[in-house]
Amino acid sequence: MKQVVGIINLQEGNSLIRELAATRAVEALPFAGRYRLVDFAISNMVNSGISAVGLLLPDFSRAVLDHIRSGKDWDLARRRDGLTYLPAALPDNDSRKGDLKDIYANLDFAELSGRQYVLLTNASYIYNIDFEKVLDFHKKSGADITMVYSKAQVDREGKSVVIQTSTNGIVTDLAEVPAIKEGQKDVMGAYLMPVPTFAYLVRSTYERGGQDFLLDALIRHAEEFKISAYKHEGYVAHINSTMEYYEANRDCLKPEVWEELFMNNDRPIFTKVKDEVPVQYKETASVKNSLIANGCEIRGTVENSILFRGVIVGKGAVVKDSILMQRCDVQEGARVENVICDKEVIITKNRWLKGAENYPYIVKKKARI
Amino acid sequence: MRKTECLAMILAGGQGSRLKALTKTVAKPAVPFGGKYRIIDFPLSNCANSGIEKVGVLTQYKPLELHNYLGSGSSWDLDRTGGGVFILPPYAREKGADWYRGTADAIYQNLNFIDLADPDYVLILSGDHIYTMDYSWMLKAHKMNNADVTIGVFEVSWEEAPRFGIMVTDKETGRITEFQEKPKEPKSNLASMGIYIFSKPFLKKYLEEDGVKEDSTHDFGNDLIPKMLADGARMFSYAFEGYWKDVGTIESLWQANMDLLQDQPPFDLKGDQKVFSSNPSLPPHFVGPYATVKQAMINEGAKIEGDVEKCVIFQGVRVGKGAKVTNSVILPSAVIEEGAIVNYAIIAQDAVIKAGAKVEGKEGEIFVVPEGAVVNAQ
Repeated sequence: MKQVVGIINLQEGNSLIRELAATRAVEALPFAGRYRLVDFAISNMVNSGISAVGLLLPDFSRAVLDHIRSGKDWDLARRRDGLTYLPAALPDNDSRKGDLKDIYANLDFAELSGRQYVLLTNASYIYNIDFEKVLDFHKKSGADITMVYSKAQVDREGKSVVIQTSTNGIVTDLAEVPAIKEGQKDVMGAYLMPVPTFAYLVRSTYERGGQDFLLDALIRHAEEFKISAYKHEGYVAHINSTMEYYEANRDCLKPEVWEELFMNNDRPIFTKVKDEVPVQYKETASVKNSLIANGCEIRGTVENSILFRGVIVGKGAVVKDSILMQRCDVQEGARVENVICDKEVIITKNRWLKGAENYPYIVKKKARI
Repeated sequence: MRKTECLAMILAGGQGSRLKALTKTVAKPAVPFGGKYRIIDFPLSNCANSGIEKVGVLTQYKPLELHNYLGSGSSWDLDRTGGGVFILPPYAREKGADWYRGTADAIYQNLNFIDLADPDYVLILSGDHIYTMDYSWMLKAHKMNNADVTIGVFEVSWEEAPRFGIMVTDKETGRITEFQEKPKEPKSNLASMGIYIFSKPFLKKYLEEDGVKEDSTHDFGNDLIPKMLADGARMFSYAFEGYWKDVGTIESLWQANMDLLQDQPPFDLKGDQKVFSSNPSLPPHFVGPYATVKQAMINEGAKIEGDVEKCVIFQGVRVGKGAKVTNSVILPSAVIEEGAIVNYAIIAQDAVIKAGAKVEGKEGEIFVVPEGAVVNAQ
């Protein structure tokens, strides 16, 4: 993997998840009790042996910068290579939308890296993969570009890119669709190609007025290239909407998903270290089917829920089917059900809060109820 | 090396033989405690929280795991330019090599390191105790008293006093007038915590005298402190209030872990001073649909599917369905299989309690399953 330079695109900009991502990039969303979405993209690259990683920063970059800092917690604070922040392009008079201008503005990073291949990934997907296998597959297939896909398990709303392939795994059609159906081949936002191919795609498309890497560069040029598709067999979630965010978090309560994503000794998911105390369960605690992060203190009942670092659940309080982000405080006798609480929400004594089963109620950061 | 005001030296070579099976492969300071920590995290975090930037760690017995754990010191924010953690094992000199012959000898053999760091004060700590303390206040007291030596003391019950080194002090000034090592009839209940601040030239003079003495045991408590007192040095006590525990035996280690489980624990790990430790990159722990968890402390990466009560559970531990684990401490990556019973026990790293097996001790006789051991059902 020494031949590969990685670029993680944090320019997703998603309107479907606005409630939680109003003040932070989607990729900086807290996930599964102690992570942020971007941790998966970075860890996947590091665990695959990629030592030069560029982060294409989102417009709201403070949360991402504060989380990643030097990259030390991902082992990317190196003397050679390591982490490089790629800032978004400066806005100018003919300012365009889309991520292509930002990729174009940072083309030097890939071209001057001295690497043979570039792996472009997107941090709004949750999965644990060994990209070394993707590189081997790419070399064997003789293709110009390789993309990673998985088979959709259920019908899902939200923009997705689907492909059709011939029997030998070569992509015959590539299209963006508004919703995806079970069994369709869902592209996971990861593309591997030689650096010159990447540079050609970005440069020629941008110079002809293109805005979006996927739509304008890849899909429009698909005919010119031989594109192969690598199938990822494991768990995948695409965080495209509030509902998908809620579901993906709850998927982590399935032991097999929890084991696959997080407990692989060779491929741990790294995140910023906070030095929290192990979870303290007191005498009146009752907890079932939940993920509880360090720093929590529990005296009440918690079921089918995910508690982030430092959450406090008071005596007699009940938390069901909910996601409580860092430092939420559910006081004595309070009750929350089907709720997502952003950071530092306080549910005061004896208050009840309930969302619908198919649509969680979202409480804004630092709200006091 | 840049000049330092106060250099800390942590004595971390202790074998901890009374911890038996738990110190077979590691030195006592590397013994796990409190769900995610090791004993040495406490003095190291205290140093970091006290603004001490240069720390020598003196290792000797089974140092491999300890050295590996300390790494660059970055976990305690002690990977500093011109400072940080220095690992100091015994080494060979022109006139041959020696093990550290005692606590004072360990410091004596590293006098060249102390000269290099060139501090005004040297803080001597042991890697055996559980407590959080801001040493900067003790240093202030040392300076205000214009002392040669300041010794951290802790009030123990009169019954316990004969087990400790006891300081008899002047009530008003805190000046130490007498020192009794494990006295049958203690004149005071102020026990030495093994925490000393010395003014550097004063310490150097005594270490050099003691180092060449044939009949010395080269121990601070046995030799240096009594000698300094006899010479009329300015020696003061510094009283520490709070939780301080020597975890030198299986029972005391178990008890200190159990102390953490009270509703308002006497030792609050969430207190003002954060305790840092090395981090294993594991997810929040999972509590299964049929599990019950009460009065417990559980770390990341654990998977609890059975019943847990009054336990401290470290990272990566697995408790299978129907297993009952009570009054116990389960060290990293140990596995308690389905239906197994564990009561009043310490299960060491990577040990496996097979399905249906039973491991039971009782209060005062904690059962220890050593590292990597497998306990089968009868």
